[in-house]
Amino acid sequence: MRTTVSDTRIEAELPSPPDELVQLLDPEGRRIEDPLYDPYVSDVSGEALLRLYEDLVVVRRIDVEATALQRQGQLGLWPPLLGQEAAQVGSALALRADDFIFSSYRENAVAYCRGVELPQLVEVWRGTAQSGWNPYAVNMATPQIVIGAQTLHAVGYAVGCRHDGVDTATITYFGDGATTQGDVNEAMVFAASFGAPVVFFCQNNQWAISEPVGLQAQRPIAERAPGFGIPSIRVDGNDVLAVLAATRRALDRAHRGDGPTFIEAVTYRMGPHTTSDDPSRYVDPLQREEWAAKDPIARVEAHLRDAGVLTDETAASVAATADEVAAAFRAGCLALPNPAPLSVFDHVYAEPHTGLARQRSQQEAYLRSVGELEGGAE
Amino acid sequence: MTELTLAKAVNSGLRRALADDDRVVLLGEDIGPLGGVFRVTDGLQRDFGTDRVMDMPLAESGIIGMAVGLAYRGFRPVCEIQFDGFIYPAFDQIVAQVAKLHYRTRGAVRMPITIRVPFGGGIGAVEHHSESPEAYFAHTAGLRVVTCSTPQDAHTMIRQAIACDDPVLFFEPKRRYWTKGEVDEDADFPFDRARVLLEGADVTIVAYGPLVATAIDAAIAAGDEGTSVEVIDLRSLSPLDLDTVEASVRKTGRLVITHEAAQFGGLGAEIAASITDRCFLYLEAAPARVTGFDTPYPSARAEEHFLPDLDRILDAVDRVLGRQNALTGWSAS
Ligand SMILES: Cc1ncc(C[n+]2csc(CCOP(=O)(O)OP(=O)(O)O)c2C)c(N)n1
Ligand SMILES: [Mg+2]
Repeated sequence: MRTTVSDTRIEAELPSPPDELVQLLDPEGRRIEDPLYDPYVSDVSGEALLRLYEDLVVVRRIDVEATALQRQGQLGLWPPLLGQEAAQVGSALALRADDFIFSSYRENAVAYCRGVELPQLVEVWRGTAQSGWNPYAVNMATPQIVIGAQTLHAVGYAVGCRHDGVDTATITYFGDGATTQGDVNEAMVFAASFGAPVVFFCQNNQWAISEPVGLQAQRPIAERAPGFGIPSIRVDGNDVLAVLAATRRALDRAHRGDGPTFIEAVTYRMGPHTTSDDPSRYVDPLQREEWAAKDPIARVEAHLRDAGVLTDETAASVAATADEVAAAFRAGCLALPNPAPLSVFDHVYAEPHTGLARQRSQQEAYLRSVGELEGGAE
Repeated sequence: MTELTLAKAVNSGLRRALADDDRVVLLGEDIGPLGGVFRVTDGLQRDFGTDRVMDMPLAESGIIGMAVGLAYRGFRPVCEIQFDGFIYPAFDQIVAQVAKLHYRTRGAVRMPITIRVPFGGGIGAVEHHSESPEAYFAHTAGLRVVTCSTPQDAHTMIRQAIACDDPVLFFEPKRRYWTKGEVDEDADFPFDRARVLLEGADVTIVAYGPLVATAIDAAIAAGDEGTSVEVIDLRSLSPLDLDTVEASVRKTGRLVITHEAAQFGGLGAEIAASITDRCFLYLEAAPARVTGFDTPYPSARAEEHFLPDLDRILDAVDRVLGRQNALTGWSAS
């Protein structure tokens, strides 16, 4: 598991409504000074930033490989994160190992940073299981597909941590579309009512499938939180440094017991909603081009090259590392076993259930009779 | 007559409903420029405008709740729930409001709301995209629940659902969206009657939605082995056309019911109980159910181990014919 914990402590209150977009690296890779947020990333320059760059490159490479695997029929579906690498990597690396994550389905880079094994990352998308990893092993719940549901789970977990007297923070990821759901709005009320140590991390990628963010919100999404009594930050979601700084600041508040924070990471979904989607029906190619110029990786690369930290040689070695990860990812994916016939009955209940037990035996008898089950019971 | 896929047949039915009655409005997620994730509403926003075909902010409870207000105001909302597993955020509005308003207001307020739901599995989808929640709604007084299995029914029944003054849950068998068939736009038949699709003398198979095609395949396979199977497509799940099933079972004396939904408390249980009641002296064997298991819908690569298929249906046909097999003598649950 990768984390980049910092011990920066700034007591300044967050403005409400949020100030301008927080940005520390502009699209050309120029470092923009920000007295408030700079201290949060004072440890991230040179080699440390190169490390972040490598993470960004690797998760993009994994994403590309997953799309290819889907096209080759090896995955049922894949929700690309292309364009959202900085928002995911920057926020995930800000977390402490004991902090807990409740995400949606798109945060595969977050899961990667959390140390989820590569094949486990795609089990759900290959269709071999309903989830790939044990949430307690990496302190991250498995992907949530029901839009917004996870935000309430995060608030509950956060309140539980406080009851337990630990300073663990909880973070929940969701999209711009999700901000319309009742669950998300309820989660914000609950978090504010109980001062829950939770960070609401909204990746505003401008789209909910085919619906532009303007259908969900008439004002910047970050402006909604203060109405619930939750301070918020609007951050350039394509700027990994700014995302890291903003998330560290929000987590710091949670760890200190200062309650919830809302972060809107303004980014763009450069790919289709999922591999099943056809964005040519609704995306304006000009808008996509504008965002392509704000690429989250290109700006880090430009910055590192300017600083002389990244040479053609290091860039090539980073790319080679990414290719290796992708190859291991592919091999692990292809090796995932298909579920056994009777496995559909597993784990429905934690305690024995007589009705289901009987149905399972019935199906076992049937499968044996038609020769689809060999050997002993499984 | 034109040949259409089932998805296109719903589309042409919606188009006719929008054209015939300007109080019809469509509400849903991604139903505008995208035309819905299954393209069922393709071209409708372009042709009828954004006031009649509304892309809704992402909240199912909001969609149904707003439809209630529109219905109060005399509109006939047609709501699309993107996938079966996403109807639950709207469950409260459907069960506590849509279903009960006519009763609550002693008939003063009508709720001619149609709720379209692509349902069922078999498409290798991720979690929450393959469910069969029809029994929850059939269990709720005040709602009508129907499903279609052919393009003709899809076209005619969606128009009937929209024209109906009661709320209708309209379940579309998503794995059959690409099935083609002839559609006669002027065809008309009762909305709440089952249909005998194949006549037979020995066994009655009752199916609906996605499994109708599987039941027909089973009947043909059984026919090859000398068993004459009658296949009934229920079409309406609430009300149930038990008269048609009863007439068939009086003739055959044997009943197999199949659905993808879980067995426990499902439509099969209701039909088996009612038909046992009505046909006790005519039955040669206990009715058999071939259903999804009482488990959550499994992951894509396990769905073949979950869904009722031809072999499981034939196994049940054998059983009601008194041929001993592995499941003889097992009472369910
Ligand atoms: C309750 C619910 N309704 C509908 C869907 C179908 N659906 C899947 S993703 C999506 C759009 C989500 O948009 P957003 O929250 O912005 O997240 P993004 O996909 O952009 O990451 C929709 C409508 C769902 N998964 N859950
Ligand atoms: Mg989005």
